[in-house]
Order: sequence, then C-alpha cells, then structure tokens
Amino acid sequence: MATAIEGDAPVDAGEAFRAKVRDWLAANFPPSLKGKDNGMSAVEGPSEPTPDEDAWRKAMGETGWGVPTWPKEYGGGGLSRAESRILQEEMTRAGASNPIGGMGVMMFGPTLLEYGSEEQKREHIPPIARAEIRWCQGYSEPGAGSDLASLQCFAEDRGDHYLVNGQKTWTSGGQWADKCFMLVRTDRTKKHEGITFLLCDMDSPGVEVKPIRLISGSSPFCETFFTDVKVPKTNRVGQEGEGWTIGKRLLQHERSSLSGGSGAGRMFAGTPLSQIAKQYVGVDGEGRIADADLRGRIVRHEMDMRAFMLTLRRASQEAKSNQGPSAATSIMKNVGARIMQERSELLIEIRGLAGLGWEGEGFGDEELRDVRTWLFGKAVSIYGGSSEIQNNVIAKRILGMLDHQ
Amino acid sequence: MAVLTEEQTMLRDMAREWADNESPVTAFRRMRDAAPATYYDPAAWEAQAAMGWAGILVPEAQGGVGMGYLSLGMVLEQLGRTLTATPLAATASATSALLLGGSEKQQAEWLPRIAAGEVIATLAIDEGPRFDPATIATKVEGGRLTGTKLFVAEGDSAQLFVVAASDGLYLVSGDEGVTRSPRKLTDSRSHAELRFDGAPAQKLEGGDDLLTQVADRATAAACAEMLGMAEAAFAQTNDYLKTRVQFGQALSSFQALQHRMAKMFTELELMRSVVEAALEAIDSGRANVSQEVSLAKALANETLHLVSREMVQLHGGIGMTDEHDAGFYLKRARILEAMWGNASWHRERFARLGGF
Repeated sequence: MATAIEGDAPVDAGEAFRAKVRDWLAANFPPSLKGKDNGMSAVEGPSEPTPDEDAWRKAMGETGWGVPTWPKEYGGGGLSRAESRILQEEMTRAGASNPIGGMGVMMFGPTLLEYGSEEQKREHIPPIARAEIRWCQGYSEPGAGSDLASLQCFAEDRGDHYLVNGQKTWTSGGQWADKCFMLVRTDRTKKHEGITFLLCDMDSPGVEVKPIRLISGSSPFCETFFTDVKVPKTNRVGQEGEGWTIGKRLLQHERSSLSGGSGAGRMFAGTPLSQIAKQYVGVDGEGRIADADLRGRIVRHEMDMRAFMLTLRRASQEAKSNQGPSAATSIMKNVGARIMQERSELLIEIRGLAGLGWEGEGFGDEELRDVRTWLFGKAVSIYGGSSEIQNNVIAKRILGMLDHQ
Repeated sequence: MAVLTEEQTMLRDMAREWADNESPVTAFRRMRDAAPATYYDPAAWEAQAAMGWAGILVPEAQGGVGMGYLSLGMVLEQLGRTLTATPLAATASATSALLLGGSEKQQAEWLPRIAAGEVIATLAIDEGPRFDPATIATKVEGGRLTGTKLFVAEGDSAQLFVVAASDGLYLVSGDEGVTRSPRKLTDSRSHAELRFDGAPAQKLEGGDDLLTQVADRATAAACAEMLGMAEAAFAQTNDYLKTRVQFGQALSSFQALQHRMAKMFTELELMRSVVEAALEAIDSGRANVSQEVSLAKALANETLHLVSREMVQLHGGIGMTDEHDAGFYLKRARILEAMWGNASWHRERFARLGGF
C-alpha cells in the first residue's frame, strides 16, 4: 500500500531547477554517504565526522540548502516552497540526508528570523545555516516543566548586561552546545509578562552543565547551572518582558518539527512489524502470525500508522490549499508519540527476552538498538509539551472548551 | 477535509446547507413517529433527486452528474450529520454494481431512471445477521433466482435489487417472485427480509470479484455517513458541555472531560483521513481499494462507537431520554457498525491483504 506513505506527486514546474539540483548533487554529494542518516544523532551527540561528511556539510552550508527557505542574505537557500520540495525530492532520490540540523535549524532560527534585530540575524543565522554553531534550549527548570511560565531563573538588570542566576534542566545537548537560547525572569511580580528571551554563550564564566543519565543509558540531557553569568543586553531578543510570546512561538516550531512528516517517515521506514513477528513467533498453517492476539495488536498498530500517515498527507495538502495550518496538525504530536511508543513495545514483546538485551554478546544490533529506542522513546510523550498538555491545547484552542473558573 | 475541486466544494456546501435547513434531526424524528411507518422520508428523497444526488455516480450521458465517490461521500457525510433518512446510500451502492458489471442494455435501462430518482435500488447480499459475502446459498437456475436475504437496506421500497447468488451478482426487478417482510431495527430505517422464489434475474458481468468491488463501494459510502454522524455527535456533545453547569462550573472546564474530548477529536481526525482516502482510492482506481476500505471501516466503526457512547454518557440523564437526539445517533451507529463488516472483520481482511 505505497499510496498511504508516498508524498505528493512531484511538482511539474521548475524542471530547470530540478536539473540544476541534480547536477549539483552529482558534483557534491559523496556517494559513500548514500542512504546514511543518523536519526539518533541528537541523542548520541556529535560523532567524529569523516572527511566525506565534512565535505558534504560544507557544500550544503555554502549553498544554504540545508535551510532551503531561509533568506539568502542570512546564509539560507532563498528557495520557494516549490523549489524546496524539488530539492527534497532530488535528495531523497540520491539517498542524501540533510547534514544541517539541530535546534538552531528547527526552532531557534525561524524564531530569530521573526523576532530578532537585524544585527542579531546577521550574527546568528549564518553560522546555523552552515552548521558551525550548536544551540541548546534553556527553557525547563526543576519547578517549571509543563507549567513553564513558573520559571524562576533570574536575570538582573546591570546596565549594559544582565546577571543571570538559577538553574535549567532537560537542556538537550547542553554539554555539546556553543550557545543557549533561554527564557529568564526579569520581573518577579508578573507571571507571563515578567519573562525575557536571552542568548547566552555556553562558555561564559558561571555556566556549568551536568549530564543527566536516562533510563536508556544515554545522557543527551543536562542540568545547567547559572551563577552570576553575564549576558550582554545586545543578546536580548525582543523587549524585556516579551519573552513569553517569543518563547511560545518557538515552541510551535518545536512541535511542528517533532511531528513533521520526514521524521515520521523515518520512524516507520524500517522492516514491517508483521515480518519481524513471523520470524520470531512463527506462522500458523495458513501463513498467519502464530500468536493470534499479538497478530491482532500488530494489525491495529499498522492501521493506526497508516491513518497517521494519511493524516499527515491530508494536513499538508490542506495547509497548502487553505493558506493556513489544518486543524489536523494539532493531533499529530500525540498520535505520532503513541504510535512510536506502541511500535517499540510491540517489538519488545515480539522478540521475548531477546528483545530486552542491554549489551554484550548474544544479541543482534537491531535488538540492542530497539531496546534503547524503546526506553528513549518514552520521552516523546513528555517532551515538547506532554500528551496531557497537548490535550489541554486541543480542548481549549481547537474545541473552545473553557478554563476552570 | 480532502482538497476538493470547486465543483465538489459547491456540492458539499449545498448538501450541508440543505441538511441543516431542510432536513434537521427533527425531520428524522417526524419520520420515525409517522404512522403508517415509511422507513424513509419520501419528500427528502424527492428533493435529493431534484438536486441531482440520485445520479451522482451516473455518467452525464445517462442523465447523471458523474462526479464519483468522494463527491458521493461528501453528500452522505452531510446527511449523516442530521440523520437524514433517504435511500441515497443504498441506491448509489446498487448503481456501483450497474456501472461495474452492467451491460450497455442494462445500464441504459436503469441508470437514467435511477438518476431521475424514479427508481430506488439496493444491494441484497447477506443471508444471516452478520456480513458474510463468502457464504451465499442463493441460486439461479434458468434465469430464476431463489433464496432469502436478511436485513436488506431500503428493502421495503426498492424496485431494483442487486442480489448476490453463489455464482455472482444478479439484477432482480419488480415484485414477481419477491416477498418482502419488514424487519424493525433500532434505527427506525428500512431493513427488510426478502424471499426470492424463482424471481426473474439478469446476471451482471464480473463474478466474485464484482461482489467484492461493489461491497467495497457500499462500505465506503457507509463510512462517509458514519463520519458525518460522528462529527455531529461530537459537536453536539461539545456544545452541551459548555452550557451544562455542575458544582458551580461549566462541565466544559473540567480537565477530565477535556481530555476525553481531545481523545475523541484525535480519533475523528484520523477517521476523516482514512475515510476520505478510501473514497479517493476508489475514484482513482487504485489497486489497493480493498485494503483502504477495510482500514476506513475498522476505524470508522471504532470511532463512531466511541463518540456515540460518549455522547450519551456526557449528556448524563438527558442523553437517556427519547426526547433528546443522542439515542438516535447511538442506535443508527450500531446498525452501520454491523453492516458491511464489523471492525474485527475488517482488521482480519486488512491483515490478510497485507500478508500478516
């Protein structure tokens, strides 16, 4: 059933651009990287890049095609949406993945393009477009998770700079980041209006990171401590007290990237569960997965996944034709999280104890990898606004349900 | 909502407006309470035919508008919202059989009359209470059909039957050799038992595969009606929660209820995607129509089941009363869930087609 998963039909216009992209890829994309895409790089941290990877990143950075629709003047590709789709189609055809990514691309860049000053855009956007600078997110605090506006990390006005004191947590990739975009409190008397958006160098004196070890064994998140950290006022985005509005806009970018089509496509691109199940559980006399109950649950999962992919396709078609986001986008994060977690749980169950290996001999690479994915995947219904928070958003913003009086 | 052509958008808006203004749920209530029972609303059917809906699948050359299944689905969805009781879905499903398997002569004889709304047609497949197209005992010998069909939708009023026999589909028209016995189900619609006793029958081309294709189209049409019902049941429930006050608060402000509504909204969005995808798959003649249809019906069944049950629960006592509309949605929902295969039947078929 390829139709459920395939994207839209190729764009007819722009054949000249397509030819240009093809030529460019032939000249610049190293064939050794064909089909290689480390979807877990955010979790595993930066690896030592091969010369081919370096060359590919540099080439993409120079054209700005890693961030194809960002303005050319700040190092983006300056492409139209149609051109950007052609680029994506041709990269997929060539087996090329985009080496420019991370939080700078997904969240911070689009937000700064909207709210930053001209100087800030000129300073910060080009290094993101070339993947020279890694950004991390200083939002959550130990006492401010889903209730983010309760944050306490304080920035005191000291004339030409702010003096920042406090703690952030769940700082993804904090130990590898060069810079941090953060929400701080500049006024303790107002909840939402007392928040300001700052950009902080991670090597500033007084910044300390402590990786948090997760149930999956990896440590992609940190606790980050700020003790008398000086942040120049030129590093404030927007006005003092405007941080909540800017910060929320950034969260929208975060959500749409978390539930976006390409990530979902990658998530489900592996071997079908039914095939894995036949291998581990065996088949009955009619060629069906031998465990009838498990088979039933695999069917349900498969149907859910198809429905999700069809909804992604519908939402993107609707967004294009009605000049705005479709109501369906509001459900994507929860559905995507549910399906991904369910797939992991089913994989564990299908394989029995072989699906629960931690390390060492006796387990296949996929078995070990899927255990980590299962454990790390528990985060997807928690980060970027937990499923409960998403449900609140659906109820209040989409369904117009009321606040508790 | 699927991306529609200008023509489809106009059709959908017209259907929505007509259903809201001319055929609200009060019209269904009147039909239900009418004596003698009609099991459908003849005036509404006449109006639909005048708007061209009876011929929505029929090619223009034969007096229809030739718009396809997504368009049919748009209309049925709007009618589902207000529980409009007309034989549109049954007639369109039987029309599918004529379009796919009818000879030129058969098409010329029936399609113009169907498009004009002069003929109500329907499918007669099941011989038991559960959808089971694999078990058919009805036989045809020498052009005469003999067998019994249970729960035939619009069986009380149809003049043309597309009947499944052991060797394929047949057209049976008129009342020669046909005995009708009404079967009153909870939804107050028409579901007759039909006894064929040597009824004159004409074979349609296509054999077993034709039955599958026709049943898939009937199933997709049912899914569209279910989508409209689920949408309306959900919207009415959401409106009610905003007005009903308990413990000094609007029910709408309670998080436990908000999350239930958000869950239903999520399932509804997924349902819409799969139902529209199934209709589109039929229109574009994709090879995987059966799998798309099974996906749609399985999700449609579960979602409408959930939403109709929650409609009663969240309305509390008022939802239990006959005076309120919630019961209408609940009762019709269970009928459509059982017709054309329940969720597990379709999951099983989906799995088989997918090689599980």
